[in-house]
Amino acid sequence: MAQLNSRIPPGALSEKWRRHKADIRLVNPANKRKYEIIVVGAGLAGASAAATLSELGYRVSCFVFHDSPRRAHSIAAQGGINAAKNYQNDGDSVHRLFYDTVKGGDYRSREANVYRLAEVSVDIIDQCVAQGVPFAREYGGLLANRSFGGAQVSRTFYARGQTGQQLLLGAYSALSRAISAGGVQMHVHSEMLDLVIVGGHAKGIVVRDLVTGEVTRHSADAVVLATGGYGNVFNLSTYARGSNATAIWRAYKRGACFANPCFTQIHPTCIPVTGDYQSKLTLMSESLRNDGRIWVPKRKEDRLKPPGSIAEDDRDYYLERIYPSFGNLCPRDVASRAAKRVCDEGRGVGETGLGVYLDFSEAIGRLGEAAVRERYGNLFDIYHEITNENAYKVPMRIFPAVHYAMGGMWVDYNLMSNIPGLFVLGEANFSDHGANRLGASALMQGLADGYFVIPYTIGDYLATQKPGSRSAADAPEFAQAEENVRAITRRLLGVKGKSPVSDFHKRLGRILWQHCGMARNKAGLEKALREIPALRAEFWESVNVPGSAESLNQSLERAGRVADFLELGELLCRDALTREESCGCHFREEHQFPDGECKRDDANFAHVAAWEYAGEGVAPVRNVEPLVYEAVKMSVRNYK
Amino acid sequence: MSAATFNVTLRVWRQAGPGQPGRFVEYAARGVNPDMSFLEMLDVVNDELTLRGEEPIAFAHDCREGICGTCSLTIDGKPHGPHGGVASCQTYMRSYKDGDTIVVEPFRARPFPVIKDLVTDRSAFDQIQQAGGFITARTGSAPDANANPIAKEVADLAMDAAQCIGCGACVAACKNSSAMLFVAAKVSHLGLLPQGQPERDRRVLAMVRTMDGLGFGGCTNQYECSAACPKLISHDFIARMNRDYAKAVFRAAFRPLPADAGGE
Ligand SMILES: Cc1cc2nc3c(=O)[nH]c(=O)nc-3n(C[C@H](O)[C@H](O)[C@H](O)COP(=O)(O)OP(=O)(O)OC[C@H]3O[C@@H](n4cnc5c(N)ncnc54)[C@H](O)[C@@H]3O)c2cc1C
Ligand code: FES
Repeated sequence: MAQLNSRIPPGALSEKWRRHKADIRLVNPANKRKYEIIVVGAGLAGASAAATLSELGYRVSCFVFHDSPRRAHSIAAQGGINAAKNYQNDGDSVHRLFYDTVKGGDYRSREANVYRLAEVSVDIIDQCVAQGVPFAREYGGLLANRSFGGAQVSRTFYARGQTGQQLLLGAYSALSRAISAGGVQMHVHSEMLDLVIVGGHAKGIVVRDLVTGEVTRHSADAVVLATGGYGNVFNLSTYARGSNATAIWRAYKRGACFANPCFTQIHPTCIPVTGDYQSKLTLMSESLRNDGRIWVPKRKEDRLKPPGSIAEDDRDYYLERIYPSFGNLCPRDVASRAAKRVCDEGRGVGETGLGVYLDFSEAIGRLGEAAVRERYGNLFDIYHEITNENAYKVPMRIFPAVHYAMGGMWVDYNLMSNIPGLFVLGEANFSDHGANRLGASALMQGLADGYFVIPYTIGDYLATQKPGSRSAADAPEFAQAEENVRAITRRLLGVKGKSPVSDFHKRLGRILWQHCGMARNKAGLEKALREIPALRAEFWESVNVPGSAESLNQSLERAGRVADFLELGELLCRDALTREESCGCHFREEHQFPDGECKRDDANFAHVAAWEYAGEGVAPVRNVEPLVYEAVKMSVRNYK
Repeated sequence: MSAATFNVTLRVWRQAGPGQPGRFVEYAARGVNPDMSFLEMLDVVNDELTLRGEEPIAFAHDCREGICGTCSLTIDGKPHGPHGGVASCQTYMRSYKDGDTIVVEPFRARPFPVIKDLVTDRSAFDQIQQAGGFITARTGSAPDANANPIAKEVADLAMDAAQCIGCGACVAACKNSSAMLFVAAKVSHLGLLPQGQPERDRRVLAMVRTMDGLGFGGCTNQYECSAACPKLISHDFIARMNRDYAKAVFRAAFRPLPADAGGE
């Protein structure tokens, strides 16, 4: 069994981080340049970490599968980033952001980590502004804010509908500066395909150059994974097509525990699916819920009528009706489930019946079309491009879609996994969002981890490693990992079957969406646990991966990622099956209150489930980290 | 949603690797749904090629919503296709009709060599960025974010420039393969903000010199770049950069910058 020591520092919640920073081991400045750190990923988490670690004097090598660090999936984040600045004087504070996040996560996150996140949130905004991130401003020149779901204050900073882009370009510019100063060796088009463990510690990676096909070994004193979320296991999602789980999955197979894999966020406001050819689902930012009102017709018979012809009295603004105090700004899991319910009742709109209206007519009446355009113009444009409909005139049609992974690699307070020397940042780890993430909190977490946490905590580990003691890349462990990578490639190219990779990805996605999506139950999960291994077996018999390993081969890239998804999907279902409660995004139909709300079981499930690989064909081990709440009292979440 | 499907013919640039000869190959795309994106249409063609035992067409893409700057198709001679203000991934098949022939090529520009088929190497942009496209702000040393108010108009203009997605359509659209719009967008974004003032001169000098050194051509004011830009970034920023550059050269003549400001 893996040892899960969360290393939460002692003392009062509000003192822990300060004390920890004062107590942990430091690496002396002259020694820093003797340590080599590998950072995999250059999204918000990876780019901020690589830049900051190199500023401290460490030697950093950064790897991305993209052709440039600027293209990480973080670029697509639209709505904003939270911070407890209380610039609006509306009663926000570190404690309130902390509390909202813990409650939003349905009491399944680690209190101490979340408190630290709220604390450093204020520094993030300062840092980004100093880098030149052009956040929205008021006429007086001060920073503007908007509201996001699950909060009753305005604490979200934004740059039009392109906040992730601007934050990433800020981190990318810091990284570019570090590259030009020689502090970071940047490797683009380089996909990490295995983690190397020497003497129980993470000491390197094996990488395939996606352009030349060359496989290389890289050794280091510590390895940082900031490789993003695994939501594409569902195939259709709001993620970029390239986002994948391979880095963390291969780390899992080397012994790193995978925490709460079934906690996957389904975002309520996305453009509905239209056809089988569809490759991705597009998010319509949650910020739209500041001014848009969500409704469906009260009567089934009205669902295909033009929305404008349905009288006010015949509309059901169901979020405002059920959750009067949060209304359209209730958390994502709650809003998604409510949408599913009204569609299940046969009141869903659009041809497929899988859609609800997001209506701006009231806001346009109140503020004028120009003001609405100023706030959300680019989102209305995106909507128009995709659907060919004008949302200034007719309500948008939206439906929930897979959007984010709260689960990920288990990490301790230092963001180190159970493998010493392996750190995991950003969406790839599990720690801060519990069973549901609040909007605008992922960007905050990625940058908190990279700019303000890892630069301190990695020293605590490195100080235990003698400078210059890392093993060379010709050690047998490296050779074994390289051979593992080559063997997977050979096997994928060798099947030469009849079906394209996309076929398996689509089928896996359908199984997961049906049985491990917005509602889950025992029978369905057991069915999925039979279907997925069968699909995996079929994959290895009949997948067709054309081309060779010696050049750019996009089919091969995708095949490797889908092969990993076919294993991860099973773990998702296993985790969902064993968590016999409902919490946040994880809605087990067997565990609900009469009004359909989540029924948590704190007596038996107030813990993190951290899965440990036990070998091929062997059931993984379910380790448990109990969640102890000192400052917050666990209660039934109420947004009514 | 429209449902009637149709057929088109694609003439696609196929090239096995860098520096190798390429040629156009014809493919039939059948059963095209008007609501498909252009890239989804290519996905379907690629799956058919795979089933026939042929190598699929390599093309770059990721976010598929016009923000990451990865997709980079020249469609019927136009970078990012027929419509202004969108990226290739935001081009939908409803722009075409049954029987159309569509020519698909990579972005064509000397500083963007072809890697394979429709995929090009645009790392030159990263090099320009590394030369000076940043504000030096060591983590942890920033003042409070509201300590220096910035007029909304200034912040908005900086944001107009900052929207650049780094796709390179501006270069591909320009007969001189000029990268002026890309560089001007970055220089203007940072140079407009008070935080960007200390490094303003060295930034513009270093970025422009690096751009020239990488083989991008000069600007002859045709403004094809702005027209092809998926974010419709205004060519006014080029004029702004030219002024910045001239001032920086002038000032450098009297107060020489340290040697490391070049970056070529
Ligand atoms: C459409 C959309 C909108 C969003 N909007 C918001 C928002 O408004 N506010 C908010 O807070 N959050 C938002 N999110 C969530 C947020 O964007 C992400 O959670 C966050 O950006 C993830 O950042 P990251 O650094 O962890 O990973 P990513 O940005 O995904 O970066 C991953 C990096 O890892 C690299 N990588 C991955 N695997 C490998 C490998 N095997 N080898 C080498 N490199 C690898 C990639 O190249 C990339 O550089 C949104 C998400 C989506 C999908
Ligand atoms: S794929 Fe990201 S901009 Fe087109």
